[in-house]
Amino acid sequence: MKRVYVNEQWCLGCHLCEYNCAFANSGLNDMVKALKGKPIFPRVHIEEADGITYAVSCRHCKDPLCVKSCIAGAISIVDGTVKIDKEKCVGCLTCVLVCPYGAVAPGPTGAAQKCELCLENSCGAPACVTGCPNNAIVYEER
Amino acid sequence: MAEYVIIGNGVAAAGCVEGIRSTDTRGNITVISAEKYPVYSRPLISYYLEGKTTLEKMNYRPEDFYEKNNVKLVYARAESIDRENGKVVLDNGKKLCYDKLCLCTGSSPFVPPFEGLDMVKKQFTFMTVDDTLALEKALTKKSRVLIVGAGLIGLKCAEGIAERVGEITVCDLADRVLSSIYDNDCAAVMQEHLEKHGIRFMLGDTAVKFDKNKACMKSGAEVGFDILVLAVGVRAGTGLAKDAGIEVNRGIVIGKDMSTSVPGIYAAGDCSEGYDSSIGANRVLAILPNAYMQGHAAGVNMAGGQADIKDAIPMNSIGFFGLHSVTAGSYPADAEIVEEKHPGSIRRLYIKDDRLAGYIIIGDVSRAGVYTSLVREKTPLGELDADRLRVAPSLALFGAAVRKKKLGGAV
Repeated sequence: MKRVYVNEQWCLGCHLCEYNCAFANSGLNDMVKALKGKPIFPRVHIEEADGITYAVSCRHCKDPLCVKSCIAGAISIVDGTVKIDKEKCVGCLTCVLVCPYGAVAPGPTGAAQKCELCLENSCGAPACVTGCPNNAIVYEER
Repeated sequence: MAEYVIIGNGVAAAGCVEGIRSTDTRGNITVISAEKYPVYSRPLISYYLEGKTTLEKMNYRPEDFYEKNNVKLVYARAESIDRENGKVVLDNGKKLCYDKLCLCTGSSPFVPPFEGLDMVKKQFTFMTVDDTLALEKALTKKSRVLIVGAGLIGLKCAEGIAERVGEITVCDLADRVLSSIYDNDCAAVMQEHLEKHGIRFMLGDTAVKFDKNKACMKSGAEVGFDILVLAVGVRAGTGLAKDAGIEVNRGIVIGKDMSTSVPGIYAAGDCSEGYDSSIGANRVLAILPNAYMQGHAAGVNMAGGQADIKDAIPMNSIGFFGLHSVTAGSYPADAEIVEEKHPGSIRRLYIKDDRLAGYIIIGDVSRAGVYTSLVREKTPLGELDADRLRVAPSLALFGAAVRKKKLGGAV
C-alpha cells in the first residue's frame, strides 16, 4: 500500500507540512480561519538533529503496537491504514507510550490522534505531501 | 476440524480469537464467558464513572466480532478441566470438547479477611462492569468514601468518582502511591497532584478492622465512611489450572509461546506468568497490552502457527485529573538516574549497563514511545546520541542510517 515516506536530505525544515496537516484536518475551508492565532494540532511534526530536519508521522506499521495496546479497542487497521476512533478513545495515551516513532499525540479534545493519510478528509491524499515544496515527503509504494 | 476452547472473555480471549483466525479460518472456536457481556475494556470502568465513556463504547470490539470470527460465545462458568478426555466442564452441567484450550481467566480482587468486614453494608471491589454499576448506585454527592489501596485500581476509582461524592480518603500500607510503577520521588509528585484535587491520603497505614461505618486503622486512627472500596490487590485466576494439575506459581506458568506445562493447553493475560524481559524471568504482567499480545500469540500457536513473545516489559500509561504519566521497564537500585524535575512534573531515566532499563515520566509524555522502544529492544545507548537522550525522546537519537530505515521504508 502507499505510505508516507521521508527523504530527509530534501527537508528544508519549513514546517509547511505541519500547517497543511492541521488545516486539512480542521474541517474548515479557509486556512486563515482554521489556523491563525489558534493552537494547532498537526499529525506530522518536524524534528531536528544536528542541522538536519525531517518530518515524522504515523508509519502505518504492518504489525502496529498501538493497535494491540489500545486499552479501549479504539485503534484498528482498515485496509492497511491505522485509524483511531476518537469517540471510543478516552485519552489514556497508551498509544503514545508504545509508538516507537513518537507519531501519536493527543489532539484538541484530549483524544489521541495521528496521521490517517488524509483519506477521509477533503484532501483524499496526504496534505503534507501535496504541500511539501521540496519533495522531502512522498506518498508512494515502497 | 480443530476444536478451540477459550475460558474467559476478556482482552486476552479477544486476542486469542484473532490469533487463531489469523492462522486457521475454519476451526470451531468456543469462548466461555462468566460475565454476561461481550468483551469490554476493563480499564475503562473508571472513565465510565467519570462520564468519559459509555457502556456501549466500552465494548472492546465491534458488535459483530463473534459472528465475523465464527465464534460461539457461551455465557457460563467453567468448573473444571477434564484433561484425560479433553473436556471443559461448565456450571450448567454441559461439557465442551477441546483439541486446544486457552485459559484467559484473568484476575480477581484480593480481599483480606478484615475483622468486621461482613457488617459493612456498602462495600465494593472495582474490577468489572457489575462492580462499577453497583458502586455507581451507591454514590451520592455527600458520600464519604474510603478506598483501601493506593494502587492503579484504587486511584483510578478515586478519580472516577471524585466529582460525584463528598470526600475521598485513600489508605495503603505502602508508604507511597502507585508503588508498583513509581519510585519514591515520582510517587510524591503524583500524590501532591492528587491531593490538590481533594484526595486525602493515609499512607503507611491501613484498615485493620471495621465497625459498621468506621474503619480502625493500624496507626490507631479511625476513619468514618459511607462507602468502602477494597482495592488492596488482585490475584491471578489460577484455580482451574491448579485443579487440573497445570503448573502454577503466582500465575499460570507459561513459556514464550504461551504454552502451559500441559500439552495442548495455553494461558494468556492476567492469569498467566510469562517472560518479562526487563528482569529476565517469569512474572505476572497484568497490563492490557500484554494480555492482548499474549492472547494473540497463544491463538497463533494453538492453530499450528508460530509466535513467541520475548520482549514483554512492564509499562503503563496513566493519568489523573489531567496530569499524564508513562512508565516502562525496571528501576534497578544500582542504575544511574538521569532526572529532570520541575514543579508538578518529573522525568527519570534509569540507565544500566549501557541500556535504558526503565523510565518514569509525569508531565510531558510526548514521544515517550521512543524511550519505551529502547527499553523493549535493549538498544545499546552507545549507538545513540547520549546527550540528546537525556533531554527528550525523538528519532533524532538515532543516526541517519537507522532513521532512514524507520522513516524511509515499510515497517
